[in-house]
Amino acid sequence: MALMRITSPHAHNKQSTSDVMKLVLLATLPGVLALTVAFGWGTLINILLASIFGLALEAIALAARKRPIAFYLKDYSALVTAVLLGIALPPYSAWWILLTGMFFSIIVAKQLYGGLGYNPFNPAMVGYVVLLISFPIQMTTWAAPIELLPASVSVPNLWDSLLIALGFMQLPTVDGFTMATPLDLLRQNNALMIDDLKQQYSQFGDWGGTGWEWVSLGFLAGGLFLLYRKIFTWHAPISMLVALGLMSALFYDGGSSASSGSPSFQLLTGAAIFGAFFIVTDPVSSAVSNKGRIIYGAGIGILIFLIRKWGNYPDAVAFAVLLMNFAAPLIDHYTQPTTYGHSKKSK
Amino acid sequence: MNNIWDFHGGIHPLENKTQSLSKAIVTAPIAPQLTLPLSQHIGAPAKAIVQVGDYVLKGQCIAEAVGPVSVPLHAPTSGTVIAIEQRTIPHASGLEDNCIVIETNGKDEWRTRNPIADYTQLDKSTLIKIISDAGISGMGGAGFPTSIKLNTRDDTAIDTLILNATECEPYITADHSLMREYADEIASGVAILAKIIKPTKILFGIEDNKLDVVDGITAALAQHNFAALTGHATEAEVITFPTKYPSGGEKQLIQILTGKEVPSGGLPAQLGIVCQNIGTAVAIHNAVCLDEPLISRITTVTGDAVNQPCNYHTLLGTPVKFLLAQSDYQENQSARLIMGGPMMGFALANTAVPVIKTSNCILAPTEQELPTPPPAQACIRCGMCAEACPASLLPQQLYWFAQGKELDKLEEHNIADCIECGACSYVCPSNIPLVQYYRASKVDIKQRKVDHQNAELAKERFDARQERLQRLEDEKIAARQARQAAAKLAAEKRGKEDVKRAAVEAAVERVKAKKAKSVQEFTDSPETQKTKEAKEKESQANIIATESDDPIARAVAKRAAQQAEDAANPENKLIRAIDNAEQRISKSQSRVIDAEANNDENLAIFKQAVEKAEAKLASAQQALIDFRAQNSA
Repeated sequence: MALMRITSPHAHNKQSTSDVMKLVLLATLPGVLALTVAFGWGTLINILLASIFGLALEAIALAARKRPIAFYLKDYSALVTAVLLGIALPPYSAWWILLTGMFFSIIVAKQLYGGLGYNPFNPAMVGYVVLLISFPIQMTTWAAPIELLPASVSVPNLWDSLLIALGFMQLPTVDGFTMATPLDLLRQNNALMIDDLKQQYSQFGDWGGTGWEWVSLGFLAGGLFLLYRKIFTWHAPISMLVALGLMSALFYDGGSSASSGSPSFQLLTGAAIFGAFFIVTDPVSSAVSNKGRIIYGAGIGILIFLIRKWGNYPDAVAFAVLLMNFAAPLIDHYTQPTTYGHSKKSK
Repeated sequence: MNNIWDFHGGIHPLENKTQSLSKAIVTAPIAPQLTLPLSQHIGAPAKAIVQVGDYVLKGQCIAEAVGPVSVPLHAPTSGTVIAIEQRTIPHASGLEDNCIVIETNGKDEWRTRNPIADYTQLDKSTLIKIISDAGISGMGGAGFPTSIKLNTRDDTAIDTLILNATECEPYITADHSLMREYADEIASGVAILAKIIKPTKILFGIEDNKLDVVDGITAALAQHNFAALTGHATEAEVITFPTKYPSGGEKQLIQILTGKEVPSGGLPAQLGIVCQNIGTAVAIHNAVCLDEPLISRITTVTGDAVNQPCNYHTLLGTPVKFLLAQSDYQENQSARLIMGGPMMGFALANTAVPVIKTSNCILAPTEQELPTPPPAQACIRCGMCAEACPASLLPQQLYWFAQGKELDKLEEHNIADCIECGACSYVCPSNIPLVQYYRASKVDIKQRKVDHQNAELAKERFDARQERLQRLEDEKIAARQARQAAAKLAAEKRGKEDVKRAAVEAAVERVKAKKAKSVQEFTDSPETQKTKEAKEKESQANIIATESDDPIARAVAKRAAQQAEDAANPENKLIRAIDNAEQRISKSQSRVIDAEANNDENLAIFKQAVEKAEAKLASAQQALIDFRAQNSA
């Protein structure tokens, strides 16, 4: 047997990028489960269709770029993008929404920049923002939590949900099947005290939005699992949540009509937790050093609050992330860690 | 109790150390042939001082150190030198280098040894000389000549001696087994080191996966009175710390034990620290107390492709193949062969290479054990490498810049501080051979520096050349103008001369006519006689000049003809003298110009020649005028 001549190190910890991606997919399960329980099959159909489109688009792009298709599909990165976008989009989104979103995620934001590892922006968030700007009505029509639906409305089953997404069936048009999200309500509110708002609209739960609390906790569980498995470090997600919490605490005046909700509401509603652990932690488009990631995460947390409170959109994770993606190279430039032997005391 | 500090990053690879620790150290038999590379250390290779056919004794010096950073080499056993030639050496690139090959005779016959009874009576320089002459270079890995490390300048106060017993690389147990069985020798070596560098603190660093040896080492160290050796209070302490790769790196160990960082590009000595491997300590003990040079070491042979992994006390130069055979090597299961550990060791080209002073391990893993790395995937900048890097570098950024060959950025991100420990590659989920990229980039940076220096030099040379060419050009132009002016002057002169000559010729015509008239009157005169003879001679010479093949004869004839002609017409001679003088002037003038252009030292001589020629011309012209005036008179 000929002796293999390769350079050191010869040992490897046997974890692959595909494993990392698979763990991320696994970690989305509790949140996806909570979304399905709270809002019906819509999210799962989103994920299913987005995955099919995502893999197909990735394969086409790889073929066009003359790259080995199977090798790159096996890194599961396209699947992760698809699942994240599927989660972020309103349940029962139409197939063409998903296709457009995946096109911008996979083709424009990722492959045109050179594929995995070379994209300056988070692909799922690029797709999401393109959709939000292009199709505001579809993107802001969120299914009502099942527990709030009137008894007369039946929740579409899995098959019907698929038909709805593919356009063969209409979403139940009955009043009450779709509802404004708690963040929408809060944005539009200018007369009611927060407590009155909560009493008047059943979308508000005890801590966050009805249903949203469980979704957020589901993603929190998944995020903590990834943290435990050292898939990412705590710096970016915790700093983002702390920044968002601090901002909302600063501007929480106890619940006046001008208030923007308690920190717990801000953290447990919308995409805050999901974003913190599944979007902000995207390593490709974030800052690289731990110090840099703290700044990067804090920037996103602050921007989320600013946009939620004073911007035109009720939720802001995608915008905040993209804005900080822009800033990442600058952050990297100023946060290079001190190399061994370069600290002041050693000089 | 000394504090311990943590260093950034690090990894916890599978240790795989128990396999080779189940047995005591085995003394390997003497191989039939020993191959000793002349360069087993950092620095200049040693120079062979034996000849092919020489009989050498065990411990006899066979190659001497060349220059200050070099160590000598000794015969590991008795035998005959059968070759001094290029052989494959243990090297990552499978290079060949000069080796002394000894055919052993099995007698293991020592040269005379003169052990020193009491080294405490010796001074620092004598001890260092002994260590240097014993061919000792660092046995932990790099192989830096030990004597240089110990020969600290007097103005650098060394207060801390660190003994590196970390052995953080997986699989390797050479130092561990050394501590189990040679604690006294280690302690003796430490005492000699203490005597040389006189530290106030001796820190013996051991990872906590080798706790079984701590008591033995502590007891052995306690037998020495370090205060007596150093002349001041000195505490010696065994310090254990959590196992983490690469805590055995010199810089990392210093950080763990002292909390200090060796400045980038600097040496531990700047912090008052000297770090020595315990294998080196034993070698020092052997050299000083037993007068035995460095001719053997402990080498771990392990990996799933050997059935009997263990540590060997082996002679330097023993072929890897021979050692593997002692451990029942399964060649068909061996995928690669590594000298050193799985993190920093290098793959061997073949099994014929020898064990050298730095060979702490021969690892023969199976494919299952250390699988062939899969093709690299894309870097997703996950940052696991940065978490693992003991130098607090950003390996993902370095990789990015290395791909783009952005050497400035690489330097800015301190690639020079990468110790190539391999922790980043180990954790990289995309299986990117990061360290290899850094090695290549370091070479690129080095090359660029060399290129830069060369370019600077070339620019200097170019500028100097341009300046010189410009100067020459200027001089040429000046010379040309001078020549033109001279030529003009000469032409003017010649013009005047032509007038003169015409006058002279007219006079000559008149004289000739006169002569013709009175030719009969002078027929018997001697002058006429002379002319006749000359004419005869001339016709003879003409015949010879035109017909003869002999150049000398021709030249003689020509000259004779000329003489004849001159005799017939003396004026010709004078005119020719003028021509010659003119030719000489122009030749001399051009020589002067050349000489000026080249800064020739003969310039003055050439100028003189011009003056002389001019004088000659003037006198020739005068002679002609005089002659003609005489004739016409």
